[in-house]
Amino acid sequence: MATFNVVLGGAAGQGINTTEEILTKVLKQSGFNIFSTKEYMSRVRGGINTTTIRISSEPVKSYAETIDVLVPFTSGVVNWCRDRMSENTIILGEERLREETDGNISFIPVDAEEMAKNLGNKLFINTILSGLLCGLFNADKNVLNNVVRENFEGKGESIAQKNADAALEGYKKGEMICKEYNLMFDVRQDPSVDKKVVMNGAEAVCLGALNGGCNFVSFYPMSPATTVAVELVNLAEDMGIIVEQFEDEIAAVNASIGAWFGGGRGFVTTSGGGFALMCEGISLAGMAEMPLVIHLAQRPGPATGLPTRTAQGDLNLALYAGHGEFPRILFVPSDISEAYDLTTKSFDLADKYQIPVIILTDEYLVDTYYNVESPNVSKKIDRHIVKMDKAYKRYALTENGISPRGVPGYGEGVLISNGNEHDEYGDTTEDADLTTVMQDKRMNKLHLLKKEVLAPRFFGNEHYDVLLISWGSTFDTVKSIVKKYQHLAMLHFSQVYPLADISSYLKRADNVIAIEQNNTGQFADLIQRELCFNIDKRILKYDGRQISEEFLEKELSEKGVL
Amino acid sequence: MANQTKLFNPDRPKSQDISWCPGCGNYGIRNELMDVLEEMQYKPNEVAIISGIGQAGKMPHYLNANGFHTLHGRSLPIATAVKAVNPALEVIAVGGDGDMFAEGGNHLLHTIKRNPNITVIVHNNQVYGLTKGQGSPTSMTGMKTTTQPWGVYDEPLNSIALVISQGCSFVARTFVGYKDETKEIIKNALLHKGFSYVEIFQPCVTFNKINTYKWYKDNTYFLHDHDVTNKNDAILKAFENDPFPLGIFYINKDKPCFDDHLPPYKESNEPMYKREPDFDKIREKIASKRG
Repeated sequence: MATFNVVLGGAAGQGINTTEEILTKVLKQSGFNIFSTKEYMSRVRGGINTTTIRISSEPVKSYAETIDVLVPFTSGVVNWCRDRMSENTIILGEERLREETDGNISFIPVDAEEMAKNLGNKLFINTILSGLLCGLFNADKNVLNNVVRENFEGKGESIAQKNADAALEGYKKGEMICKEYNLMFDVRQDPSVDKKVVMNGAEAVCLGALNGGCNFVSFYPMSPATTVAVELVNLAEDMGIIVEQFEDEIAAVNASIGAWFGGGRGFVTTSGGGFALMCEGISLAGMAEMPLVIHLAQRPGPATGLPTRTAQGDLNLALYAGHGEFPRILFVPSDISEAYDLTTKSFDLADKYQIPVIILTDEYLVDTYYNVESPNVSKKIDRHIVKMDKAYKRYALTENGISPRGVPGYGEGVLISNGNEHDEYGDTTEDADLTTVMQDKRMNKLHLLKKEVLAPRFFGNEHYDVLLISWGSTFDTVKSIVKKYQHLAMLHFSQVYPLADISSYLKRADNVIAIEQNNTGQFADLIQRELCFNIDKRILKYDGRQISEEFLEKELSEKGVL
Repeated sequence: MANQTKLFNPDRPKSQDISWCPGCGNYGIRNELMDVLEEMQYKPNEVAIISGIGQAGKMPHYLNANGFHTLHGRSLPIATAVKAVNPALEVIAVGGDGDMFAEGGNHLLHTIKRNPNITVIVHNNQVYGLTKGQGSPTSMTGMKTTTQPWGVYDEPLNSIALVISQGCSFVARTFVGYKDETKEIIKNALLHKGFSYVEIFQPCVTFNKINTYKWYKDNTYFLHDHDVTNKNDAILKAFENDPFPLGIFYINKDKPCFDDHLPPYKESNEPMYKREPDFDKIREKIASKRG
C-alpha cells in the first residue's frame, strides 16, 4: 500500500497550520486519502510543533511515526524528529538547516524564503510549501489554485492572487525536485474519497452531540477538550443552541444537570482536571436520576500533567467518579466515525436510563482528522419524558427501576428532584427500608445497561494464538499490526463500562496482551475485577505520545509473540 | 405555622413532616414565598425552586411547585440553566449563607456577572444550622461556635456590599419578621428582569443565641428616601451595620441579561423540551466538511 508520511515541523505561530490546511484540502479534493495528526507544546509562541500528514491510495486511519518527507520550518525540528527518521527519509528545508542533518539522511535544499521574497512577501512561505508538497504528490493544480484563493479571499483579491501565484511557483518547484532527485511518490487516486468528509475527533463529537439533540453546552476551557467547546460555540447561532462558558467545571457540570432538569439536553466537555472537579455533580446526577452527558478528552496527568498531549489514564477516574454507588456508561470511541455515533447514542441512553454517560476520547482522537464516510443523521429524537398529571411521582417505583421523567411546565403536575435519599415523590427520607428500595431501584438500571452493551470488535484470525485487548483511539493502529501478522487477533472495546463478557475469547488464547496508554493497565485491571481473568502481559505507553504502528510492532516483538 | 395559601401548600406525605426547628425563621420565609406566588397568580407548574444544602435547602419539599434539592452551593448554575432551557418558568434559587457565601461563593459572583433572569433568596442566619452550629461567613466577630469555641476572630463577609460592588442588578435585604415588607421585596425581585438578590435575616433559634428575633428587630431599620438607582449611595448603605439597613438597596434595569443573548430565543420563546433538532442543518454542516 502506498502511504507516505509527510511531517511539517515548526515553532508555534509560524503558520504550519496554514500549510497543513491547504495541503490536506488540495490532496483530498484531488482524490487522495489523507490523515493528519499533530503533537504540540503547551505554548502560544516558539517551541516545536509537528503535524504528521499521511497520504495514501487506501483509507488510512492508523498512526505511523516514521517520516518519509520532513519539512522543517525552523532550526531544531530535525533534531526533535530524529527518532522518527530512517535512511529513506527526505528533508526539504532551507540550506542553512542542512548542518542539523545526519550524513545518511537525504537533504534537499529548498529556498522558499528567497522565493517568497521574490514574490513580494515572506508570508508566502507557507503557501509556497503547500504548493511544493502538492507538486511532489502530483495533486490537481486547479484544485490547488482554487483552495488557495478560497483560503485567502477574505484578505482581498490582490493577496488571494499573489498566494495563488506563490502556490503555483511552489508546485513547479516540487515537480522540479522530483525530476532532479529522481523521486517518485506513487499515490493513486481513490474515487471513493470524493464523497467522504474530513473531520477531526472534536468535530465528530460536536456533530454527534447535535444529532443527539444536544441544545445546551456548558464548559470551562481546558485542553484538549476546548476544541469541542469552540466548535459548538461557532455552531450555536446557526443551530439555535445555548453554549455557555461557566466560571468553573463545577458550575459547568451542574448547569448541564439543570438543563436536563429543565427539559433541555445538556452536554459538558472537559479534560481530566476539570472532570475531577465535576465528580460531585456526577454523583448528584446519579442520585437525582438526571441524565448527563460528559465528554472527557484525556491528557496525561496527574494534575496539570502534559496539557497538550495524549493518554488513556482517566479510565479509573471516569469509572469511579462520584461518591456513592450508581450506574453509568463509559464509551471510548475507537475512531472518528464512532466519536460521532457514540456521542449521538450517549444522549439517548442518558435520557432513557436517567444516568451519567461519559465519553472518553483523548487528545490524539480529538486533534486527528482523516476522510470518513459521511455520518448518518437521525430522523427524530426519542424523548424519554412524560407529561405530568397532578398525581405525578418523580421517583415512582416501577418494575425495571426507571421512573418516567417529567420536566417543569409539561403538564399540570410538578416534579421534585432530589440529591438526598428520597421517597417516590422526591421528598427527603431517612427510612431504612425505603433507602434500600431506592438504592436497588437505581442500581437495577445497571442490569438493563448490561443488556445493551456494545460488543467489542473482533478482528483477525479466528484461530488466534495471541489476542490483543485494546480500547479507544488505538483501534486502527492495533488493527494495522493484526493485519500484518496472521496469528494475531484483536478484541477492541468502544464501551468499557458496563463491560461485555468476553471470557470465552480470553480463554481461547495462548497469550492475551492488553494495550493501553497508561502506566498500570487500567482496563486490564477492570477486566480482572469484572471477569476474574488476569491479563499479566501488558503493553503500556504513557509518555504523552500516541501508540504508533512501529512502537506496537517493536513491543510485541519484545514480548516474543511476533 | 398558619398560612393562608392553598395552591402552593403541598399534600405530599413527607412534606407534612417539616424538619425545621420550632420557631425557625425558615417557616416565615416559606409562608411569605407561598403568599407572594399565589398573590402574583402563578400556578405551581410554572415555578421551579432550586435549592442548595442546609436547612434552607429543604424548601422545595415544603412547597407545591417544581423543585430540585441539589448540592451545597450549586443551586445558582443549576437555576441559571433551568431558566435558560425554559424561559417561561419562574426560577427561584434558595440557599443559606453557607450555600451562597462559602461553598457557592464563586457561583454567586458569576451569576451576578451573567445576570440571568432568576431570583435568589438567601436565608442568612449567620450560623450553620443543619450541621449544628459552626460559624458561617456572616457570623459576627466574637461569636462562639462549635468550631470557633474561642470566638470568631475575623470580620463577617459583607454580602450586600459584595453583590452591589459586582453590579448585581437587584439587591435587597429584609428580615423575616417583617412579613409585609418581605413579601413586597420578594414580589419586586420576581418582577425584576435580571438576577435578583434577596437576602433575608432569619433567626436560627437553636444555634445562634446572638442574632435572635429581638436582636434583628433592634438592630435593623428600613431604608427611606433612598435612591435605588444610585450605586454609590447603595454601597455606602451596605457598609452600615449599626443598625443594618433593610429594603431595596440597588436596582439596575439596564444591565445586559443572560437570557436575552441566548440564540434559541431570537424568534420564539418555546421551551427546549418542545423543540426538535434541525436535522437538515446538521446534514448541511456535515456536507460542509467535504473540503
